[in-house]
Amino acid sequence: MRLPTFPGGIHPPDNKATTAAKAIVACPLPEELIVPMLQHIGAPAECCVTVGQHVAKGELIGTAVGPVSVPIHAPTSGEVSAIEPRLHPVGRYLPAVVIRPDGSDRWHDDLQGSDPNCLNPDELRQLLQQAGIVGLGGATFPTHIKLSPPPDRSIDTLIINGAECEPYLTGDHRLMLEEGPNIVDGILILRRILGVKRVIFGIENNKPDAIAAMSKLCAASPIKVQPLPVKYPQGAEKQLIEALTGRQVPSGKLPMDCGAIVQNVGTAAAVSAAIRQGRPLVERITTVTGPGIRTPQNLRVAIGTPLSHLIEQCGGLSDEPGKIILGGPMMGNAQMSLAVPVIRGTSGLLVLRRQDVSLAKPGPCIRCGRCVSVCPIHLQPTVIALCARLGLVEMADTYNALDCIECGCCTYNCPATLPLVQSIREIKGSVMEHKRKH
Amino acid sequence: MLTAVACLGGIGLVAATALGIAAKKFAVEVDPKEAAILAALPGANCGACGEPGCSGYARAVAEGRLAPNLCPPGGQQTAEALAAILGVKVRVKDPAVAVVICQGGDELAQQKYHYLGMADCNAAQKLAGGPKSCPAGCLGLGSCVRACLFAAITITPDHRAVIDRAKCTGCEQCLKVCPRQVIIMAPKAVTTHVLCNSHDKGAEVRKYCQIGCIACNICKKISSEAYLIENFLARVNYAQAGQAVAAIAKCPMKCIRDLADNNESAGAVAEAETPAA
Repeated sequence: MRLPTFPGGIHPPDNKATTAAKAIVACPLPEELIVPMLQHIGAPAECCVTVGQHVAKGELIGTAVGPVSVPIHAPTSGEVSAIEPRLHPVGRYLPAVVIRPDGSDRWHDDLQGSDPNCLNPDELRQLLQQAGIVGLGGATFPTHIKLSPPPDRSIDTLIINGAECEPYLTGDHRLMLEEGPNIVDGILILRRILGVKRVIFGIENNKPDAIAAMSKLCAASPIKVQPLPVKYPQGAEKQLIEALTGRQVPSGKLPMDCGAIVQNVGTAAAVSAAIRQGRPLVERITTVTGPGIRTPQNLRVAIGTPLSHLIEQCGGLSDEPGKIILGGPMMGNAQMSLAVPVIRGTSGLLVLRRQDVSLAKPGPCIRCGRCVSVCPIHLQPTVIALCARLGLVEMADTYNALDCIECGCCTYNCPATLPLVQSIREIKGSVMEHKRKH
Repeated sequence: MLTAVACLGGIGLVAATALGIAAKKFAVEVDPKEAAILAALPGANCGACGEPGCSGYARAVAEGRLAPNLCPPGGQQTAEALAAILGVKVRVKDPAVAVVICQGGDELAQQKYHYLGMADCNAAQKLAGGPKSCPAGCLGLGSCVRACLFAAITITPDHRAVIDRAKCTGCEQCLKVCPRQVIIMAPKAVTTHVLCNSHDKGAEVRKYCQIGCIACNICKKISSEAYLIENFLARVNYAQAGQAVAAIAKCPMKCIRDLADNNESAGAVAEAETPAA
């Protein structure tokens, strides 16, 4: 049978074999945790502790500001040693709370679990907001907002994203194998909040063990596990919806406009922990991998752990690093320092050696059209990038620059190694600014 | 054959008459002053006056909304011509030129990461504040070059912008696109400048740049009137710029330069090439 998928896309080498069979290991706490106040899309949280204060694991250290925001919690028990701007994965110094762990890793006493079946959807959403739950696929959009579609949109499908299409990353894969029951529980809570009947769980075909495990766990529930072909970006929200429901999200619209809401498997597990045990989001699974790492592993990491500590736990660097990327190689962000901490969206730490990185200077566009043929949104990346170089904002808009999902397929495929995604991202900013003004 | 000629000729005659009448009847009245002003403007459409182009400025001047001395590319000549058309007297502004206050090329200033992206300073600046370790130095990706309508800016082989003082009209378009405010406007008569834009403390500057101002105060000791030091960065006091030359040779970081001979780029290239040779 042909498996459902989306048009376009690419097949980069997945490089998952190094860590796919390795069980998740708890990463020991470092000497200090750097917890930034901005770890989600939306307004940064506001620090509500003072230097010298003792905090327990899961205690509130940053309060949410405004509707699109979530609070930040202490990832372990210890003393607040500083509140100052620290280097953030975005490359700037942003406000952070620095915590010196006391070693006991004691949970806060006030955290109490509850039975999701005794709560109504609004109460559940509020609990998720208080627990700081955000989309753990990497975008870190606050989950309670995503679960609150306006009343005029009717949602009929909940999609669970277990595709993990980024090369190298295996955190979601391991989570499905090791914490399947928690994921299923989280999915059922999400289903209850949205009040939908249909739940489709998409998993890429390169994880047959995860498909088998989840199918077994979901057999008695209304969740339908659907294998997907291996293709990047299969796990992108709009592509996943198209593959699983056959519906296309209209240009300029959101998934909820075609009746679907997508949640990542990691988010589902975090939802279960937040409701059943009252535990806020203070740790995540991060795949530390790449040819530059001596012993790659899947680690359960406290938020705020510096990258240098992760590398130390994985046997150190095997060679001089050429590129250090937070996230996957397709959409991740290159870093310039190992002092940067793991945040809620850090799905992986990929270290490439000098010899693995191409430093070729971009050449001229030869109009071969390879970027056009792989674009999953059917855009013309080369034309939009040209608009960016020439500053043609209105023309970029007519070529639907704003619909670009920045998946990186075009850049990956460009024989001239042009920075297409960067150019498109640049002009997207200008288009949005232009639209605000006019 | 004859019919065709007669037909086309007839259509031509009727159309010409109609157009002629329309041109007279629906003629748009243009203030003769405005037309004269437009003719006297250089026609660069650079936008330095604040209007979108020369015709907009011509209208604004004719209507009395803008002063006639706001056209930097035209300079004194244009201002006087405009004043003559309007029948007023005008004080011509001192001509100003843009100066890139950074000499930290590839060899002298450190990079915090290797940038291979889009050749645009604003795009690079968004990636962790740009590849240059110095937070204020020239990124050398040429956003100002593309903004300059007079081809007065070039990028040196060691990747920093330099301005041709003879070609610069002072329209300030380069200032608007620079993400690091490393281009400043200065009176054309002042030729001595401190070519550094970093307000970091001296020890910090030394870490990332071999040719940055460390605020050591030596220039101020030599000619106290000619230099101002604010926020760990020396600046030439334009009112007393004549005395500034004396400190050039004494600057330990070699970041004070005389730009009078307009060969800043040539000099810097030679310097950059020497270590390689």
